[in-house]
Amino acid sequence: MIAETAQLKSKVSAPAWDAVRADFPALHQTVNGHPLIYFDNAATSQKPLPVIEALDRYYRQDNANVHRGIHELSNRATTGYEGARERVANFIHAAGSQEVIFTRGTTESINLVANTWGVANLKPGDRILLTEMEHHSNLVPWQLVAAKTGAKLVYLPVTGDEGLLNLRQLDAVLTPGVKLFAFTHISNTLGTVNPVAELVERARKVGAVTLVDAAQSAGHLPVDVRALGCDFLAFSGHKICGPTGTGVLWGRQELLDAMPPWQGGGDMISSVDFFESHWNTLPHKFEAGTPHIAGAIGLAAAMDYLDAVGRDRIWRHDQELGAYAYESMARLKGIRLFGPKVGRAGLVSFLLDDVHAHDVVTVADQFGVALRGGHHCNQPLMRKLGVASTARASFYFYNTRAEVDRFVEVLREIQRFFGV
Amino acid sequence: MFDDLNDLYQQVIIDHSKSPRNFRRLEAATRTAQGHNPLCGDNIALYLEMDGDVIKDIGFQGSGCAISKASASLLTEAVKGRSKAEVKQMFERVHDLLTKGQTSGGDLGKLEVFAGVHKFPARVKCAMLAWHATLAALDGQDQPVSTE
Ligand SMILES: Cc1ncc(COP(=O)(O)O)c(C=O)c1O
Repeated sequence: MIAETAQLKSKVSAPAWDAVRADFPALHQTVNGHPLIYFDNAATSQKPLPVIEALDRYYRQDNANVHRGIHELSNRATTGYEGARERVANFIHAAGSQEVIFTRGTTESINLVANTWGVANLKPGDRILLTEMEHHSNLVPWQLVAAKTGAKLVYLPVTGDEGLLNLRQLDAVLTPGVKLFAFTHISNTLGTVNPVAELVERARKVGAVTLVDAAQSAGHLPVDVRALGCDFLAFSGHKICGPTGTGVLWGRQELLDAMPPWQGGGDMISSVDFFESHWNTLPHKFEAGTPHIAGAIGLAAAMDYLDAVGRDRIWRHDQELGAYAYESMARLKGIRLFGPKVGRAGLVSFLLDDVHAHDVVTVADQFGVALRGGHHCNQPLMRKLGVASTARASFYFYNTRAEVDRFVEVLREIQRFFGV
Repeated sequence: MFDDLNDLYQQVIIDHSKSPRNFRRLEAATRTAQGHNPLCGDNIALYLEMDGDVIKDIGFQGSGCAISKASASLLTEAVKGRSKAEVKQMFERVHDLLTKGQTSGGDLGKLEVFAGVHKFPARVKCAMLAWHATLAALDGQDQPVSTE
């Protein structure tokens, strides 16, 4: 009834990408008189019909609160919600669904770890190692927890415009005083793909706990938390075809068990007295209050969808399109490209000489091309690169080479428009 | 479809963004303010030299998009020699112009080139940045002037 296995609407086994596009209603519209080219996928992805329908079905037929009711609808809601947790566990190869905590997104997942594991384990003088390419959501929570605990922040540098982690400096910063190493799998600004397993292994040698920000990777390539070896992994549902307001924190059971709860309220307790309470077991200990039930069910439908397309195929497609875009853009005069020359994910950040990123995005929008311009929640990185902002085109599996060709043409139009 | 774009990026705006007027730091500044657009990370620094209640000289520095730079540049020309009260009135009328495409109470002179911005709601902030900084500088009269 709920959480049915989503099928590609088009019932294709090997993806015919056109048929995949047909599953995304929002892609089929004109914007400012032009067919929409949606290249803002790193900010959020569009949603396929099976996800939209899963939300619709839940609200039409099954809506009730979870874990508390004895009636039929409550059973269905609980089955759907807990089924979604199983689906997530399976999506990332967790040892069990008790290791999967539903959150509002990557940001909340990281704040949860900072406020529970961080506050309980960090002492004055301890070090938190981050990289210079972290999104604000994997940076500000650690600044807050450092201020609370007296721990110190240390950064692994990025190598200029090419945007790789400077691994030669890793030994210098990954010292035994490092208690936590938190880093992104894929940079949302540079498109860099970091060697997660290698970084985790190096961290383990000094006894540091690792947190991986998988916001840009979870829906783009197969992610196996046990193969990566990390301790925590965070991602958002809305960037991987799921509903907004959904996210996941995965943590190793031993760590989660030992952590104090974060928010208090219903569902997270086993018994409450006037003066003290006993915590519920995992994962409920970390899910106070009524969760985003419909969202979790929608997220499970998104995962079914992604796996029906095939994350390995999605990854190949993303990377091919990223490389194709990079090469096509590099042929333009007066463009500065950021991020690695090879091995990038499906996104390209750039600047046109003498045209501000905001102006690029505004004019592109008049051609129906949706880009992002700004600091991409990477202000320290921007400062390091010596720019205030960049424009960014980010792709997903429903984007095409033809769209990239048109986009590059639009960049030429923009240069003509501003007379550069 | 280019009508909207051409309205937004009028030649005057492009010209002022490429060669902004009064683009300098005033050594004699008696008030200064920073304008920051958190959306894009753009910053401007504004310098005012007051003669009593009147803006005797004005300069700005910083980075920004064509709209924010041109707006700051045209602002410096528009407010020079004006009193604080006059500038506050202009602020309101410019805000109307940017959000509604027109303003009551007569022509805003060269600033009318920003009428096209109202069709691009996301860009109103860019055009208002320098105006906010100017008000902040004018209101900060009791603050010691920082030339840093
Ligand atoms: C690398 C990275 N980390 C974290 C986030 C934050 O995700 P959310 O806003 O969904 O919490 C994003 C997305 O903006 C991101 O790209």
